[in-house]
Amino acid sequence: MPSLDDLRKRISSVKSTQKITKAMKMVAAAKLRKAQEMAEKGRPYSDKMDLIIQNLSKAINDPSNAPKLLVGTGEDKTHLCVVMTADRGLCGGFNTNICKLAKKYFEEAIKSSKNLKIITVGTKGLDQLKRDYSQYIIKRINLKDKKKLSFLDAEEIGKQIVELFRNKEFDKCFIFYNKFKNVISQIPQQQQVIPAKVENKNKKDEEASSYEFEPEEDEILDDLLPKNISTQIFKAFLENSASEQGSRMTAMDNATRNAGDLVDKLTINYNRSRQAAITKELIEIISGAESL
Amino acid sequence: MEKNFNLEIISPESILLSEKVNSVTIPSFEGEMTILADHIPLITFLRPGITKVEGSKQSQFFVEEGTVEFSNNTLIILSSTITSLESIKNQNINKIIEESKSKLTQDNLSDKARYIVSHKIDTLLKINQ
Repeated sequence: MPSLDDLRKRISSVKSTQKITKAMKMVAAAKLRKAQEMAEKGRPYSDKMDLIIQNLSKAINDPSNAPKLLVGTGEDKTHLCVVMTADRGLCGGFNTNICKLAKKYFEEAIKSSKNLKIITVGTKGLDQLKRDYSQYIIKRINLKDKKKLSFLDAEEIGKQIVELFRNKEFDKCFIFYNKFKNVISQIPQQQQVIPAKVENKNKKDEEASSYEFEPEEDEILDDLLPKNISTQIFKAFLENSASEQGSRMTAMDNATRNAGDLVDKLTINYNRSRQAAITKELIEIISGAESL
Repeated sequence: MEKNFNLEIISPESILLSEKVNSVTIPSFEGEMTILADHIPLITFLRPGITKVEGSKQSQFFVEEGTVEFSNNTLIILSSTITSLESIKNQNINKIIEESKSKLTQDNLSDKARYIVSHKIDTLLKINQ
């Protein structure tokens, strides 16, 4: 049985922890609103970019001459995985979920004897992956000292990836990130960016897509495809940062509630033992008086 | 009454403009181009220059690069560097021009990059007048 003093100390320590988690929750809520806005505003750009690429790729009749970024190298040997996580912890399962998905994929790739290359973005993912997969990690990108992520940062990463592709370092590229669904649920995603995924379901629109191209299709695609990769990465950034804040908010909300429960329990314990001590003293006094 | 069509100017951060307009002049990669309603479907990309929008009110934007798609009377301009002319006037244009000029003197520049940078300088000089 802990003494009254111990209990009092524990209660006050849990209370101050609760204050911290509460503050973190509020900060995350404020940041979440901004991040969510950004993510929603960024969606039209990537959607439209997708649409244009879909239209363009329909116009290409001869796939053997098409840019490699669109159709791939024709091989499937080396996979590049870009794992995008947060730079900060204390956000529930956010980082772990991405890493879990990525690790599952890594295992599959290794089993089917593919070459694996990993780029980590954000320090938390690196911490989780470097223990088992450090020999595959070729680049570690750290954005910790960036206050706000801009499109230029995404472009920088996109350029590096395209450069690697042009040097024939890999055949397929995937990005892993969390898609922001709502505050409570974020879905870890695996998305293929190279070669660009083209769906052929819209056969109907084919007549509508008789576009005039200026300059030629290939030239436009050459310009557009690297841009598309940057766009996809930027989208992943935005989704990720909204998810991170959402995840942190939920986690901190839970932590605050748990701390509250703990304080209640400890307070009952404290009161009981205080009462017990008083009763004990009373009994001592009474039995002392009786024995006289 | 002139015919109008929809214009959407979208940057990665936000939708800058979405309204009905009469004509849009864009600095396409192979020369300036004015788009009116019922233009045939078109996909092209931009070099640095000024995009002029004429609708219920006139507005001008500075772009460095971008992608343009016109279909079904909707013009979509996607650009990560698009800014309205007023806001770029407040920035230090001279500094940007100097930077671009020093870039132009580099030897390893490709013809295409040279073409783009020289257009950027021309446009900025024009704005600065």
